[in-house]
Amino acid sequence: MRRTTIYAWLMLLPAMVLLMAFTHYPAIRTIIASLHSTARGHRASVFVGLANYERLLSDDVFKQVLWNNLIYGALTVPVSIAIAISMALLVNYKLRGRGFVRMAYFTPTVLPLIAVANIWLFFYTPGFGLIDQIRGMFGLAQQNWIGQPDTVLYAMMVVTVWKEAGFFMIFYLAALQSISPSLYEAAAIEGASRWTVFRRITFPLLMPTTLFVSVNAAINSFRLIDHIFVMTGGGPNNASSLLLYYIYQVAFREWDTAYGATLTVVLLAILLLLAVGQFFFFDRKVHYK
Amino acid sequence: MTGSWKYDRPLVTLAAWVLALMWFLPLAYAIWTAFHPASYETHFVLWAPLTLENFASAWAQAPFAQYFLNTMILVVMILVVQIILATFAAYAFAVYEFAGKNILFGLVLVQLMIMPDILLVENYTTMRGLGLVDTILAIGLPYMGSAFAIFLLRQTFMTVPKELAEAAKIEGANALTLLWRVYVPLAKPTYLAFGLVSVSAHWNNFIWPLIITNSVSTRPLTVGLSVFAATDSGVEWSVINAATLMTSAPLLIAFLLFQRQFVQNFMRAGIK
Amino acid sequence: MSFFSVANLGRAAVVVGALAASPASAVNLEFYFPVAVGGSAADTIKALTAEYMATHKGVNIKAIYAGSYGDASAKAITAARGGNAPQLSVLLSTDMYTLIDNDLIVPFDDYVSKPEMKKWIGGFYPAFMLNSQADGKTWGIPFQRSTPVMYWNKKAFSEAGLDPNHAPATWKELVSISKALTKKNANGNVTQWGLRIPSAGFPYWLFQGLAIPNGATLASADGKKTFFDDPKVIEAAQFQYDLAHKYGVMAPGSIDWGATPKAFFEGKTAIMWTSTGNLTNVVKNAPFDFGVAMLPARKTRGAPTGGGNFYLFKDSTEAQKKAAVKFVQWITAPEQAAKWSIATGYVAPRPDAWKTPALQAYVKKVPAALVARDQLKYAKAELSTYQNSRVTKIFNDALASVLSGQVDAATAMKSAQAKADAVLKPYR
Repeated sequence: MRRTTIYAWLMLLPAMVLLMAFTHYPAIRTIIASLHSTARGHRASVFVGLANYERLLSDDVFKQVLWNNLIYGALTVPVSIAIAISMALLVNYKLRGRGFVRMAYFTPTVLPLIAVANIWLFFYTPGFGLIDQIRGMFGLAQQNWIGQPDTVLYAMMVVTVWKEAGFFMIFYLAALQSISPSLYEAAAIEGASRWTVFRRITFPLLMPTTLFVSVNAAINSFRLIDHIFVMTGGGPNNASSLLLYYIYQVAFREWDTAYGATLTVVLLAILLLLAVGQFFFFDRKVHYK
Repeated sequence: MTGSWKYDRPLVTLAAWVLALMWFLPLAYAIWTAFHPASYETHFVLWAPLTLENFASAWAQAPFAQYFLNTMILVVMILVVQIILATFAAYAFAVYEFAGKNILFGLVLVQLMIMPDILLVENYTTMRGLGLVDTILAIGLPYMGSAFAIFLLRQTFMTVPKELAEAAKIEGANALTLLWRVYVPLAKPTYLAFGLVSVSAHWNNFIWPLIITNSVSTRPLTVGLSVFAATDSGVEWSVINAATLMTSAPLLIAFLLFQRQFVQNFMRAGIK
Repeated sequence: MSFFSVANLGRAAVVVGALAASPASAVNLEFYFPVAVGGSAADTIKALTAEYMATHKGVNIKAIYAGSYGDASAKAITAARGGNAPQLSVLLSTDMYTLIDNDLIVPFDDYVSKPEMKKWIGGFYPAFMLNSQADGKTWGIPFQRSTPVMYWNKKAFSEAGLDPNHAPATWKELVSISKALTKKNANGNVTQWGLRIPSAGFPYWLFQGLAIPNGATLASADGKKTFFDDPKVIEAAQFQYDLAHKYGVMAPGSIDWGATPKAFFEGKTAIMWTSTGNLTNVVKNAPFDFGVAMLPARKTRGAPTGGGNFYLFKDSTEAQKKAAVKFVQWITAPEQAAKWSIATGYVAPRPDAWKTPALQAYVKKVPAALVARDQLKYAKAELSTYQNSRVTKIFNDALASVLSGQVDAATAMKSAQAKADAVLKPYR
């Protein structure tokens, strides 16, 4: 028993050291930093207690960014998943041109978001952008999708869904393949409709994948901000800014590292909540099956 | 399934194609602009003259070969280290009973959620302390202990029949041989699946490399492309897209060539 | 090998090699530069540094292209805080107070004798020195400097029955001419806007093109106070809003900076305001005859200056600093400044550069290049304060809220002023 413990710890050591050095250690450091002021020039950092958190409460930008991020997550996660499932079901059929279709769904995975963001920028450009050119054919007026506070966040969501759905499709495709054909045959004998089959057989059997994917999508909704950099810079008036983008702005543009840490603590808390949820759902479903 | 299939086959095909075209549109636009002069960026006329000028110009303006090399080194380095470390860790979690197992596993699970990307500021400080700022190693290091890999491999290792392991032990195999001869081969599809996730994530990763790199010799493609496409003077879609295509083409072509084997292998991994 | 950057090894090799060759030898300099005007500018900088190294033995200069202005300043400050600063950097002139505040730069005065300094600095256009000096010291040396100008499409003017050689000279004319230029199709949808003033990218900068002619200053010269709630500022913000919503000559909402030249080339707007640094781009790509003019006047003519200065970073050896100053003196000297101006469209920052044969010949070919220079007479400082990014963001957000119709100009500017005051209070 003692020997296996030593074995196990030795085997775990390198991975755990790296993992903790860049996840747990900085997380704790972030919490400490959030209780101090930012050092600037000759003024050293001092302990300020909860002052940074007080600033948080009166920071309108923070409130807006948090709200943006919640809407953003609440919409992009289910929509990406629904499209990913549809794509997987479609590609699972033997249809004409499946190779092309599969590659098309896969393109977001190989095209870096930072690069495609420029392309989406063109799609959205008012007047001569692709969407407006198409709208123009139908006699519709030009629309400044990413220049208006009320549409910009949704425009960003479309880009996110495009990016995510293609990637998640692969996981669903794998899961679909492992569903036994005999189940479908049985359903066919009973004359079940296509929708009933999906609702009663396919979707429940995809549940573990859905949990896994939704957790990933939820994390990504807090993590993936590349397109915000290129397309809007969080504007206009923070309408498309997300929490991590705001953290970047505060910490690496305004050089207010203490306040950046405070914002990061909020993000950590949100993710931790999600992690607890994940532990209860995901681990039970998958590992004890 | 086969009953109604006959009738709505065209419908399903149509739906699949509509979705495919929508998803393909950005790439299609990239191809269009990259092969046409800049004045056709917004005019889609059939007889527009073709040109390779944009590629030449992008190639001349930024060291994309270097960026590409940096990214390849980065992605391969991360993947190799992740897999080696995770294999040992997953084996320990799957096979051994030991003190502190649950706590350690709990700590691993935390990282499934809290990815190093979020802890930019502190990780930058750590890298500065290690003297690694502006190195390719620094871009990869935070990701090398991967909770995701440990988790996936542990799941797979737990499905390996005990009898197989026992049989090998009787033949005198020690823990390492057992791992290498029995567990690793059985987990091949999992390695492949994880490989896809990892390569795709780090191929695309932007913010952390943006912060930690300063020079051409370390910048990965994403940062290189963003620096290249800096739009202070106006977006030049034709040249930017030529650069995008140039740098994404290898992965796209690889996918086209190997997509059958790739998808099948991925399916066998049975990630659920 | 793959773990560490090849360049680091290369750099080490250079150092080792140099040490072996002669003990008191080469000074290595690194400098970051942003290029806001496309690829050829990067080549020009590299050519200039190569020329310098060829004529000045014992100095190695590595010019590193660091992306947009924003990227470059983020990179340089990150590196400097990481103890890995470049010796020199071209960054926005408005970054001066931020760099001073973080104790990252040193003034040039420390490395040039007083009389020499006076002669050197006296040779630059005074407008460009506004964002370059603080506390009686010179922290930035003007290099890739600019100012916003008005480009107009002569063909569109003719089509609208306007004099193609007369650009709007006042706000009143700006409105009336832009109205004549705004075209609608049968459905009532606009196919060509009269005017385009980008409001994403550098919103405050082009806004200053309205505020300064209206007699308003956004911040005090010492960077410690802002005047966002000045009625003249509010009036200018209201005017920018009205251009879209009252006069209907400009697209509503936030207008992208990057797509602006393209919109001009495509005939989607007949007039655009953008940096003079775009001149080379427009000369090359406009498929029609165009004109360049100063920004229209309200109470007076006026425009902000803009662009980048050379900064000298603190964290380097004395030998490096001395060498760096020599290099800056060389690259901002008339011949080099002229070359740079011709390659990019940036304004050569010294009157004597405009007297060089090269620039004189260029001006004959592209007379539009003179507009920006002549506008300098009326130019004022660009918005620059301590905690510049934060204060500028406060202003940009307020302006965006006005332009998108979320808040009225007075309320937005008053609350922006209150926020900026809170940030700047500790510095007074």
